[in-house]
Amino acid sequence: MTGTTTKTRRLGTDKPPTRASKLLQNRWAGLGGLLIALLAPFVDATPYALSVMTTAAIFVMLASGLNIVVGYCGLLDLGYVAFFAVGAYTSGVLSTRLDLPLLVTVPAVIVVTVIAGIIIGAPTLRLRSDYLAIVTLGFGEIIRITANNLDVTGGPSGIYGIPSLTDSPVAFYYVTVVIVSLAVLGAARLGRSRIGRAWRFVREDEDAAEAMGVNTYRVKLAAYIAGAVWGGLAGVLSAAQLSAISPNSFTFLSSALVLMAVVLGGMGSIPGVVIGAVVISLLPEFLRDLADYRFFLFGVLLIIVMLLRPQGLWPARSKEVS
Amino acid sequence: MTQLVWNGLFVGSFYALVALGYSMVYGIIKLLNFAHGDLYMLGAFIGFAVLGAVGGVSSSMALPLLLAVLLATMVFTGLAGVALERIAYRPLRRAPRLSLLITAVGASFALEYGMRAAAGADPRVYPVRLGGTSMEVLGARLTLQQLVLIGVAVVLMIGLNLLITRTREGRAMRAIALDPRTSSLMGIDVNAVISRTFFLGSALAGAAGVMAGAYYGKIDFLMGFLIGLKAFTAAVIGGIGNIPGTMLGGLLLGLLESFGTFWLGGEWRDVFTFGVLILFLTVRPTGLLGERVTERV
Repeated sequence: MTGTTTKTRRLGTDKPPTRASKLLQNRWAGLGGLLIALLAPFVDATPYALSVMTTAAIFVMLASGLNIVVGYCGLLDLGYVAFFAVGAYTSGVLSTRLDLPLLVTVPAVIVVTVIAGIIIGAPTLRLRSDYLAIVTLGFGEIIRITANNLDVTGGPSGIYGIPSLTDSPVAFYYVTVVIVSLAVLGAARLGRSRIGRAWRFVREDEDAAEAMGVNTYRVKLAAYIAGAVWGGLAGVLSAAQLSAISPNSFTFLSSALVLMAVVLGGMGSIPGVVIGAVVISLLPEFLRDLADYRFFLFGVLLIIVMLLRPQGLWPARSKEVS
Repeated sequence: MTQLVWNGLFVGSFYALVALGYSMVYGIIKLLNFAHGDLYMLGAFIGFAVLGAVGGVSSSMALPLLLAVLLATMVFTGLAGVALERIAYRPLRRAPRLSLLITAVGASFALEYGMRAAAGADPRVYPVRLGGTSMEVLGARLTLQQLVLIGVAVVLMIGLNLLITRTREGRAMRAIALDPRTSSLMGIDVNAVISRTFFLGSALAGAAGVMAGAYYGKIDFLMGFLIGLKAFTAAVIGGIGNIPGTMLGGLLLGLLESFGTFWLGGEWRDVFTFGVLILFLTVRPTGLLGERVTERV
């Protein structure tokens, strides 16, 4: 097995951490990122910039949720945006039909996303990882088509007139940043907790985990549900930001973009995933000229990252990986 | 009723053709080739380009010409499949499954949006349209062209089955599906056989792409996504990795859809299909013919 050893060495997993990766593991790195996010509106507070930044923050939340499923637990979910949709639609329908403030719908959103996570997770988590990938893909499509066909979801035109959480875009941006920071922090703490260790154990070797007494099924379901809740809450934020949702916002493309953020950043690595999400959501704004080639480049990038740096550009702590 | 059955069998034969490639690749290297549906799309576009290059066609010549184009396209898409395997999948053969799956998603994206950049986002209208007069067969209306297309699909499937069960090449494929390491010790060039498997699977998908283009008349760069999912469903229904099972699964899925559309309405068709997929994976993940056959290609 000389091939594998040279390979791991080339990937740098058993090298001492470089200065850059030390910087990323520093506990102050997160605070620094938060500071940048909080100060950004002072640099540029045009409505356009604010909307781009808010979208990026929501995308960070989505990526950190998917990171729980894919990065920690190693379950490839290709329909993650379904939970985003479930969250956005639940709060959208409740708030417009019953005239509820958005905040009140949050408990309902959590309940509904947990149920959605169980519905798709419970029957399929016993399957092999690649079957799961394609089932989640199908599930994402089912949710989108259902939203497109039902009356209560407004059909193809969707729901509009969703109340916002705040009055001004700046305030909303700050609220988003605070919520997303809490979500990222929560995901990070979950990753370090007992269940987080179980997730990583399952990712590395499911059979061994099972043999050591980890209830792999329950552990995987927990990862799935956690990811679903993160996605659903991101959906509420998105509904509040845009004040309108339609089935077109929840295509496979969006799922793939979130996955790309997680993979690019480094599966399982919180700072990596956050940076990956920021890059993936901001890059299109800078690459407007390349519009036609954008997703083509994203696809090629995915292949290249997997071929050359399977741990992502900002891998999780190197000791743990090897 | 007979009409529903005919429609189902017709669509099902497309599904089966695409599903075969899925099934073969899965059988031999246990990889879900997400980009497989996009090879079908590629086939449709290559057929479109070749037909465009040939120029105007009189409608009497449409069918023979289409068959010639079909063969040319199969060669092209087959080679594209080989290239895909060589560039994106082979270097990762010993890597974790997750990396391989993500690479496949990336490949799917690259193919879809590469085609979009090359051919534009708008749907293209196929230069050859198989309309034709319809005739009554057993109370259902179908056209000669439909029959020919089903015939082509059946010939391709029988050919594939013979190739796999009767030839040296097929035996090598089956051997690798069982145990690649031992096969290579026994003198089989594993990489070459895997390449050829990709060639065959992709060529079949390309053929289905041209046929779909000629039949439906419209092609676009995202057409492969949904058919890829459905072909996978078909493969799962029949038993993925099992060639006769996959053919059966394709036809069955076509029938299910045909009746599902009739009962539930067209807008729920895809939901119905994916529901069937989830149901099958939960209740019988090995598929209908999955357990009886231990050898898988």
